[in-house]
Amino acid sequence: MPAENIKYRDIVSDGLWGNNPIFRQILGICSALAVTNLVLNTLVMCIALALTTALSSMTISMLRKWTPRNIRMMVQTLLIAFYVIIFDLALKAYWPEMSKNLGPYVGLIITNCIVMGRCEAYGNTNPAIPSFIDGLFNGLGYSFMLLIISVIREILGMGSILGIPVPYFSSTMWDKWIIMVMPPGAFFVLAIMIWICRSIKPAAKEAK
Amino acid sequence: MENINPMWAPFIICFSAIFTNNILLSYFLGMCSFVSCSSEVKTAVGLGSAVVFVITVTVCLNWLAYEYILVPLQLESFKLILFIIIVATFVQFIEMVIERYSPSLYQSLGIFLPLITVNCAVLGVALFMVIRAYNFWETLGYGFGSGLGWMMAIVAMSGIRQKLSTSRIPVGLQGPGITLIIAGLMALAFIGFTGVL
Repeated sequence: MPAENIKYRDIVSDGLWGNNPIFRQILGICSALAVTNLVLNTLVMCIALALTTALSSMTISMLRKWTPRNIRMMVQTLLIAFYVIIFDLALKAYWPEMSKNLGPYVGLIITNCIVMGRCEAYGNTNPAIPSFIDGLFNGLGYSFMLLIISVIREILGMGSILGIPVPYFSSTMWDKWIIMVMPPGAFFVLAIMIWICRSIKPAAKEAK
Repeated sequence: MENINPMWAPFIICFSAIFTNNILLSYFLGMCSFVSCSSEVKTAVGLGSAVVFVITVTVCLNWLAYEYILVPLQLESFKLILFIIIVATFVQFIEMVIERYSPSLYQSLGIFLPLITVNCAVLGVALFMVIRAYNFWETLGYGFGSGLGWMMAIVAMSGIRQKLSTSRIPVGLQGPGITLIIAGLMALAFIGFTGVL
């Protein structure tokens, strides 16, 4: 689409940093808090979310010329639900333990505001390929924040990354911070991450 | 819990959903509206009561639909779509009824109803209900308790935030940052209830 002059670089940098879903828009933090106790859980969740966002944004963008405006939301929800169910079933079939670990949070991707937000804000008015890229990189922006949070929580709380012990933190010299893998730890780490990121990049113009 | 009279199970589940397993503070459901609508006590009470009502009724409807429609047809994997449609339809329907028969209630509660359709607590409670295989009365207790627990958390948070409005908070921490830290402290306090049951 050279004629439409779409700047992929802007889409990428906006999704990853400039307009990051977690610390700039404060979207989708339910799952950001719930699945970050172990790095492995987070990784699976991130892949699911990034793909769902990208694919549903692309599909909605392809269908945008045939969707009547007043039932738009319903169509979007059903499309997102369609992708989430595919992912949920695949996970149940090939990796039952992980499906049990994540519990209802895979299903809750449907109500994750990032997916709906990107479909509504971008997929609805733009061609298919940029929508896919936009969805993917917003998903990745979310993923990289989540991975940082989960690495901090797993090291401090369990002394390991992906289940592999980390030298200093798994020894007896380090008192494990059990609180980090429990719910309060999630709130504290996310709050500190938001604080750091917002201090590095102060709001140019706060919407609120 | 096994040797307790099953009659009491719904009440125990309700109590644990309010205190020991608070839907917001230990399962993080409904965080988005919790962060964005907790700056005033009045708003928080309105949204909270709407959530209690909607969760209690929809979780029962979802249970009935799951047990009597999806299970006989072996379509359990379509529960997500069915639950969403039930919640959205119910919220829309209730909004019309309230608007028609009680304009004063609509004034105070009506604006919050559309927000609830996208509240992940409503869908989350329905999914937990399926995973834990509750019976009807347990589901009722669980739904009511979860809603009440959510309302309690958001009202408490809005009270604290109103007190905080005059204090000086570092720029980067204002708004969502400080809300999350307070929520963390509240979650820490709620861990104290763990031994009760």
